[in-house]
Amino acid sequence: MTINEIQDQIIEEFSIFDDWMDKYSYVIDLANDMPIIDINKKNEKNLINGCQSKVWLDAKFKDNKVIFAADSDAIITKGIISLLIRVLSNHSPEEIINANLYFLDKIGLRENLSPNRSNGLNAMIKQMKMYAIAYNQKLKQL
Amino acid sequence: MNFNINKIRQDFPILRQKVYNKSLIYFDNGATSQKPQQVIDVLNDYYLKHNSNIHRGVHFLSEKTTQAYETARKTIKNFINADNDYEIIFTAGTTASINLVAYSFAEKFLFEDDEIIISEMEHHSNIVPWQIACERKKAKLKIIPFNNNGELILDEYKKLITQKTKLIAVNHISNSLGTINPIKEIIKIAHSNNIPVLIDGAQGIQHQKVDVKDLDCDFYCFSGHKVYGPTGIGVLYGKQKWLDALPPYQGGGDMIKSVSFEKTVYNDLPFKFEAGTTNYIGAIGLGQAIKYIDNIGIDEIIKHDKKLIDYAHKKLLEIPEITIYGQAEKKSSIISFLINGIHHFDTGMLLDKMDIAVRTGTHCTMPLMKHYGIEGTVRASFGIYNTCDEIDILYNAINKIIKMFKK
Repeated sequence: MTINEIQDQIIEEFSIFDDWMDKYSYVIDLANDMPIIDINKKNEKNLINGCQSKVWLDAKFKDNKVIFAADSDAIITKGIISLLIRVLSNHSPEEIINANLYFLDKIGLRENLSPNRSNGLNAMIKQMKMYAIAYNQKLKQL
Repeated sequence: MNFNINKIRQDFPILRQKVYNKSLIYFDNGATSQKPQQVIDVLNDYYLKHNSNIHRGVHFLSEKTTQAYETARKTIKNFINADNDYEIIFTAGTTASINLVAYSFAEKFLFEDDEIIISEMEHHSNIVPWQIACERKKAKLKIIPFNNNGELILDEYKKLITQKTKLIAVNHISNSLGTINPIKEIIKIAHSNNIPVLIDGAQGIQHQKVDVKDLDCDFYCFSGHKVYGPTGIGVLYGKQKWLDALPPYQGGGDMIKSVSFEKTVYNDLPFKFEAGTTNYIGAIGLGQAIKYIDNIGIDEIIKHDKKLIDYAHKKLLEIPEITIYGQAEKKSSIISFLINGIHHFDTGMLLDKMDIAVRTGTHCTMPLMKHYGIEGTVRASFGIYNTCDEIDILYNAINKIIKMFKK
């Protein structure tokens, strides 16, 4: 699936929630269902300090695709991370660089990316794109 | 005046506002307080009709604004029972007041190997300016520890004092724990060793009776915006003997008597410390805010605070999953807590969804968080317009969050 197809799928999934509590309960479920990240990857190098909550982001490059793994100490942040990974992971660097993340607006979770929340999500998206740019450079050099 | 909560709530227009279509419950008064109509009206009125720079013009408007500015100074002087108007310095806020003293005091009185004492429960604003001063002068910073209830250990404090101690700076009320510190005793001990004391009153002025003569403090700092006044204005109270002795902090207009390239003669107090155009309309608004709470009566406010904090403790302790940080015997209306196993950020986010505004995080007191070995807390801090009914809503909201996570 393309990045936009995945985003549309998520929007569809969230369309059944008509109150915030169900929506956030679902985000909590998503966090709990996330695969546990290797403890060695929760290191200083992968840490994105958001002041309020911590985010760890790891990336590797396999078969010309970027694979992300991430974690957070706050559960709502972690749930949103799982959505971001679902959308961006396993795509080519070029696709990730050009991705327009419109799904967060559509599912009403954009507020979680406000700089005021200082939860590390904004910095994480930036970091995901940075990884993609770096791997793209590598590809060009091959 | 009797404490009429309905009347008080009506004075604050923002409380009538809906957030997510429901009435707002504002429990973030430790960060900033809301403003009564009386203060908003004064600010409006000055910008609409009277604005003119102070201490400079010969004209009607300038005269009128200067008078209002100096009347605000007098109102504050009376409110904290200072001896003289000129011992009230207008600053940008508590942080600016502490920085002023930290810089000017260190410049004149702090030398290599000297010591400054602060406490483990200070806001970063009462830590970092002293660290900078100590670094500049190669002096040392010493720390009064607190016990797990969140009370300063006075025996340890006494042991820290030496011949080299030059100043002691502590907060009146801890912004993270709500502890009301025994500042009168701290000051007495310091003075018996001839050491001056600065009190960070950012959380004190709106919750306690502040009588600087009775306390005998050398400096007392507070912000306008936490005491129902405007932002960007604050106060440094200093005893005349200290303010006279300290060199100016900033140079500029209004703080001088005469300037030549050979020699500048500084102005008298308080102008020596009010360089440039001050936030004079903010100061006039702060004067109005002080009048507002003085009219309600600080004793009534203390009673109301006690009712709220006792009730909040009782209700939150009914929830077994809650840990309260700071259970000092003397506590003002701030309650810091965590729901076991739930990140403070998640709790804050979900409370926001239920129209309850709290603060989450370290509250600018990282060393205090380190003491408890935690990353942060959820903090509910109450103001004069909060009610026990609102605490009931917080209680129900917390139970809802616990249910969401248990599922």
